[in-house]
Amino acid sequence: MADTTQTAGHGPGSGSHSGGDPTRRDFIYLAAAATGVVGAAVTAWPFIDSLNPAADTLALASTDVDLAPVQVGQSITVTWRGKPVFIRHRTPEEIKSAVDVNVSELRDPQTDAARAKKPEWLIVVGICTHLGCIPLGQKNSDPRGEYGGWFCPCHGSVYDTSGRIRKGPAPRNLEVPSYAFKTDTSIRIG
Amino acid sequence: MRRLRSLILAGLVAVAAAAPAVASEEMEYPKNEWSHGAVTRGFSNIFGTFDRKALQRGFQVYKEVCSACHSMNLLSYRNLSALGYNEAEITAIAAGYDMTDGPNDEGEMFTRKGVPADHFKAPFPNEKAAAAANGGKAPPDLSLIVKARKGGEDYIVALMTGFEPAPAGFTVPSGGNYNKAFPGHVIAMPPPLSDGGVTYADGTKATVEQQAKDVATFLAWAAEPNLEARHEMGLKVMIFLIVLAGILYAAKRAVWADQH
Amino acid sequence: MAHGPSSSFKNPVVNWLDQRLPIFTMIQKEYGVFPTPRNFNYFWNFGAIAMIMLVTMIVSGIVLAMHYTPNTNLAFNSVERIMRDVNFGWLIRYIHMNGASFFFIAVYIHIFRGLYYGSYKKPRELLWMIGVVIFLLMMATAFMGYVLPWGQMSFWGATVITNLFSALPLVGQDIVTLLWGGFSVDNPTLNRFFALHYLLPFVIAAVVFLHVAALHVTGSNNPLGVEPKGPQDTLPFHPYYTVKDSFGTVVYLAIFAAFVFYAPNFFGEPDNYIQANPMVTPPHIVPEWYFLPYYAILRSITFDISIPFTGLKLIEAKLGGVIAMFGSIAILFILPWLDTSPVRSARFRPIFKKGILAFLVAFFLLMYVGAQTADAAWHLGGLEIPLVYVGQFATLVYFGFFLSLPFVGLIEKPLPLPASIAKPVLGGGATAAGAAAKPMEKA
Repeated sequence: MADTTQTAGHGPGSGSHSGGDPTRRDFIYLAAAATGVVGAAVTAWPFIDSLNPAADTLALASTDVDLAPVQVGQSITVTWRGKPVFIRHRTPEEIKSAVDVNVSELRDPQTDAARAKKPEWLIVVGICTHLGCIPLGQKNSDPRGEYGGWFCPCHGSVYDTSGRIRKGPAPRNLEVPSYAFKTDTSIRIG
Repeated sequence: MRRLRSLILAGLVAVAAAAPAVASEEMEYPKNEWSHGAVTRGFSNIFGTFDRKALQRGFQVYKEVCSACHSMNLLSYRNLSALGYNEAEITAIAAGYDMTDGPNDEGEMFTRKGVPADHFKAPFPNEKAAAAANGGKAPPDLSLIVKARKGGEDYIVALMTGFEPAPAGFTVPSGGNYNKAFPGHVIAMPPPLSDGGVTYADGTKATVEQQAKDVATFLAWAAEPNLEARHEMGLKVMIFLIVLAGILYAAKRAVWADQH
Repeated sequence: MAHGPSSSFKNPVVNWLDQRLPIFTMIQKEYGVFPTPRNFNYFWNFGAIAMIMLVTMIVSGIVLAMHYTPNTNLAFNSVERIMRDVNFGWLIRYIHMNGASFFFIAVYIHIFRGLYYGSYKKPRELLWMIGVVIFLLMMATAFMGYVLPWGQMSFWGATVITNLFSALPLVGQDIVTLLWGGFSVDNPTLNRFFALHYLLPFVIAAVVFLHVAALHVTGSNNPLGVEPKGPQDTLPFHPYYTVKDSFGTVVYLAIFAAFVFYAPNFFGEPDNYIQANPMVTPPHIVPEWYFLPYYAILRSITFDISIPFTGLKLIEAKLGGVIAMFGSIAILFILPWLDTSPVRSARFRPIFKKGILAFLVAFFLLMYVGAQTADAAWHLGGLEIPLVYVGQFATLVYFGFFLSLPFVGLIEKPLPLPASIAKPVLGGGATAAGAAAKPMEKA
């Protein structure tokens, strides 16, 4: 173990050559190491990118929903990108309570108008922004929390009738997916 | 080392010299020029790209002729963007097919219009149905046919243009057709292409030969859709590795300078 | 290693770590100053190249496993999904597919190098045997990996190879049923092959570690086959061989990349792009090229072995073929004791050198015969030579090479050996810079 004083990067050979210009030699070593490192880094990218969603996964990224059968006060859950989407046909009272809120007091300030393209239809991703549980409140018999929206049983987050976070640990409002009304009673999510 | 090299060479030469003497039972197909470089022939055109016009014509031939019997289960309509179709055109093509979907909330299957994410509609609901409708043997799926046959694209062309009257003394069993390119020469498929059998939108004359080449191009793309990306990346990788090898060779010479 | 403040690296973090776990000391000792014979030729690159290929296979394989589904109904399509839809999936799969071939090419060259230069001889017998174990594990891994895409060749290859075990007397059929987990190659077979195909590469990596550890006990052989006699005969591994191995590896990777990008299906079979169909056997089943010589040996035993004049059958042809095939690898294990010559390198062994040439020709001939149909024949003028005879002849040469080694060692007059490595290379006792003093130091 006597001859371990040199660090691993400098072999015994690199300083003791007789031939060649030392600056040029060092440049060659540096160029070789740098090119090799760049090559390895670039090679890593295809392997990492292969873990991103594949083309067939992305192609299935939109879902069409017919809203006609959904009664006022009723909620339905549809699947979009493997996640539940809550669609609630809101009653006038629910709309009112969602609109009559002092937005500046909210944890994640957003007006109801910014969250619902048509006030009677609220469309949100049904995943609690805390740790990803599915909140209760889709059935009329479910607990909906004190703001009449949704209640997450995992850690007690409470959402209002606009899907905004009002109490509990969740940091943000329920996410509104991108969607468009194709007709008055049908939407495309995604 | 030189001696070992000559040893190996001698061994290879001995085997190679013996090889041509073997009776070749495999069929050879006339080789065509492919702008993409034949999928099954290595190193045939390292810069190759698909001829977009031929792809679209080939797709038309598949759609109007082959798809009556042959499925292409591994392809989706969305893949057609690689042929040069835009989103609206693809949506229109997909919408031209009725797809069975379901079950719905009532538990029943229903029919809807195709969307780009759908796989190509198969002519038969399953393989048994395909076999029953075609004299007991299902027509093969064409998604990978170019890679699944010796000769690849050239085989497709030879087969499409290989229908001719059986030579004297060759009896073709009923339900069979004589084809000089098919192994065994008796094929269940009747001649699918005819001069003018399709009308090309771009005005190309639709001879059997033209259709055969177009559909072979299309099927080559279907079997190897990433060929262009592969060729493009390959060039960069090869240049990089050759440069790196050069630098390393210089480094090796520098390191070994005092030892030679 | 256990006593005293051993390491003193400049970097304090490295130093701190090294005093608690002497990994840097080890790297420095085994890959930094490790005394290596100064006269390696480029054939000595293939150990490092094989190592890089193993890493390539494991990395690409793990990513593929994340997208692959080991179920008979889904496997074929899941592979095609990788080829079509997964980002860069085609690249990773083609790397893995061709990587298997290039791993075997590197290992074959590595083995032939060991054979030619007598690297299996004392004191490196165990090193050689561990290498043969790696080779066997690679074959098992490659075989099971080839089944996973569930194409026609996958299925029928699996059927034919697992059926080999049915040749064993008494328990043969039970063993085959055990391997299959059913009454034919089916979903349970695919599932266990996937599990084992994932496991075995890590076993290979562990055995490679033993292989390298054993190498660092004895030190490397060299083209002269003369042990280093002092520092003038060796060079520190770094930078001399790190840079030489890097150069050789990158050249090899360039050839590999040329196939991945421009001829990715060169080593493949068209039939494997047809989904497995248990009802239809392809007209011509061939294993992957790296198995062809052994496949040819298997097919060469077309005769029962019986006691002459009594008609008593000792070994049926089927079992004989299996024994010959496994024997062709097993004989490598006893090679260190078959070869009685004290001289290692074929450079100084005129008869052995001719023998190894014959062996090499036989090996390639077997590879060629293995790729042909069972009834193929050569036509030389009006003469028809069935290839099975060619295969039998080559099989004879294959085994004859090994079995004649004890006698070759006795009758052969080796050429005069050089006094030391440094002498023929430098023409004198020049001192190599920085070479460590004890080439035989224990790892």
